[in-house]
Amino acid sequence: MIYLDHSATTKPNKSVLETFVQANERYYANPASLHQMGVETNTLLSRAREQIAAIIKTEPEQIIFTSGGTESNNFAIKGLARANKHRGTKILISAIEHASVEESAKALEKEGYTVEKVQVNEYGVISIEDLKKKLTKDTVIVSIMHVNNEIGALQPISEIARIVHENSRAFFHMDAVQSFGKIPVHFAGEEGPDALTVSGHKINGLKGTGFLALRKQVNIETIIHGGGQEMGLRSGTVAVPQAVALAKAVRMAHETQPAHEEQFSQWRDDLHAFLQQFPYVRTLSSNKGAPHIVSCAVQGLRGEILVNAMQHEGFIISTSSACSSKDHSISHVVKAIEIDPSYEKGVIRISLGEGITEKDIQAFKTAFKKVMMQVKEF
Amino acid sequence: MKEIYLDHAATTPMHPLVISKMVESMESVYGNPSSIHRIGRFARKHLDDARHILAKSIGAKDQEIIVTGGGSEADNLAITGTAYAKQNEGRHIITTVVEHHAVLHTCQQLEKEGYEVTYLPVDETGRVSLEDVKKALRDDTILVTIMFGNNEVGTIQPIKEIGELLKEHSATFHTDAVQAFGILPIDVNDLHVDLLSVSSHKLNGPKGIGFLYQRDQTKLKPLIYGGEQERKRRAGTENVPAVVGFAEAVAIAQRNFEEKQQAYKEFHQHFLKKLDQAEIDYHINGNEQYCLPHVMNISFKNMDVESFLVNLDMAGIAASSGSACTAGSIDPSHVLVAMYGSEADELRNSIRYSFGYGLDLEDIDTAAERTIEIVKRLAK
Repeated sequence: MIYLDHSATTKPNKSVLETFVQANERYYANPASLHQMGVETNTLLSRAREQIAAIIKTEPEQIIFTSGGTESNNFAIKGLARANKHRGTKILISAIEHASVEESAKALEKEGYTVEKVQVNEYGVISIEDLKKKLTKDTVIVSIMHVNNEIGALQPISEIARIVHENSRAFFHMDAVQSFGKIPVHFAGEEGPDALTVSGHKINGLKGTGFLALRKQVNIETIIHGGGQEMGLRSGTVAVPQAVALAKAVRMAHETQPAHEEQFSQWRDDLHAFLQQFPYVRTLSSNKGAPHIVSCAVQGLRGEILVNAMQHEGFIISTSSACSSKDHSISHVVKAIEIDPSYEKGVIRISLGEGITEKDIQAFKTAFKKVMMQVKEF
Repeated sequence: MKEIYLDHAATTPMHPLVISKMVESMESVYGNPSSIHRIGRFARKHLDDARHILAKSIGAKDQEIIVTGGGSEADNLAITGTAYAKQNEGRHIITTVVEHHAVLHTCQQLEKEGYEVTYLPVDETGRVSLEDVKKALRDDTILVTIMFGNNEVGTIQPIKEIGELLKEHSATFHTDAVQAFGILPIDVNDLHVDLLSVSSHKLNGPKGIGFLYQRDQTKLKPLIYGGEQERKRRAGTENVPAVVGFAEAVAIAQRNFEEKQQAYKEFHQHFLKKLDQAEIDYHINGNEQYCLPHVMNISFKNMDVESFLVNLDMAGIAASSGSACTAGSIDPSHVLVAMYGSEADELRNSIRYSFGYGLDLEDIDTAAERTIEIVKRLAK
């Protein structure tokens, strides 16, 4: 079975697992405890925080450990909006954000905020013009994902950051769940976001791990109250073994990023060229997008049929995204890029990651061709 | 020198069987349960099986379990989720002064948002009175949240009686059972609770995972939005290996309730007998009759908690002054203040020892001996 669904989740790296097990055996104390075992555990936690901060170029106290990407996105959107209501009540997101951003923004409508969406083009790239138009004085947050999880669209982050910072008092939050480890993620100066979300299980780390990084002097309100852990911003006993495992995964993803980017980009381009040979297949991702996501739609077919047929051939791929897989309506991302309705239901995603070889990519092509012969060309 | 960990109420080591289950799960069940392919469905199956174990452990149905990122999140979800879902029915909440901070601080946040919170007092043993709950109840009370067993002194609240009382009232009844779950058998139908919080790392499961039991039909708004996981009640890719580990920990805890309770009672008696023999001047904080067997909070006459803890630590004993969550500083415990007032000696001379997996009588002996040695040396 060849796993080509790395954007849904990934298998934890062996050394991440080992780190987790070792940390559990020795450092199981509560890092808030005052005794020696607690102090040692807290030291380990600090080290994990420092390692992550060094990689994304910020200070350790700007890293807040969470239970994952979804919590980080909820925390960023709700926490920034609520703490900065005096700056404004408009929330600007792109039309293709992950559900955790979109639904968090929507939940805030009941608290008096308004949500507007920046339009995207056929490749899923936001319209800078539309962003400029919708960015107003009372905008409190702009949240735009770095890489889209369904079609791999890559946003011009530096440009967005510059526009947001020059023309408004809004905070710019970037969901980097799909980009971290795949392309360089900048978190510095006016050219970068004010808040950044990363998830562990998308980078061969563990599920239930992630962080939100904040630029200094950013006011944010907690969404989980209690003992005041994580600089008072996220209560709950800190899962130190998970934090240590996350630091390990972040470090490994950071180290392998350049090589992965180069290799995956080649395969992506190769797969795009291959898929474009079929007259009834439309690629939704592009060579200018993220290196690891290939998305296409087959005319007149349902994505589920293709996923099953490819599984039969030994390949695990997905329909648009795992989070909306159970929802049978058409994904909001596919709607936003306005493809021909005859293609809308036939979207599949191939997402690359650790462990895939050239041979797998070639075998995928052979299998895909075979499946197409069965379902389209009888 | 052997280190003796007597801080199991703060957190616990993972059971070796839990670790191996988790590792096995991480290696073989890595799919996303929302994926429709085989690897996703395989993960879904493991998640469903684990959820069933969690549900059964408290007499609940599978769909009544909302997996969360831990006990604090479960408490936050229960309280804000109820407050937001029922804001048109009323804005009054009843709780007690001895709750965990995850409950107290969430209630305080809601006060800022216009809710009214009644904080019930407790007696000298840390127990709330049923009569006080009855008196505090109003037509616009939407939530009563009272912990099952206290994390600092171990006092067990009359949850079943409060549950009975609330049967005739529309208020949602939540109990934070983080300290009690895994130590005492709990049945949500017997207790008549609507919401119940549990944390995995207090019973030798992994950290970063817990659940909220939500009785069918109980109104609740989510705390974390996004995908449709947990029946739209808690978004985020399900942490399957942690849930599997959690379920294993629960299964182990369920198997030996009596044995465990017996052992901890023996630890208690043994430890106190040693103190008596050495003629140490002490008394127990808490309730003799209604007490979590693994929590032992002792007030030592003429001792000072800060130097006491440092000395215990140097003697290889990991104990605490109360809750671990108020990080860094030894603020007077809000629980002891509630029991004795803000001027009491107990605030400055109490130590919590808490028992758990891996301890034996010999450890308790050693801990008592080292404690006695320190008290004799330091008592003024």
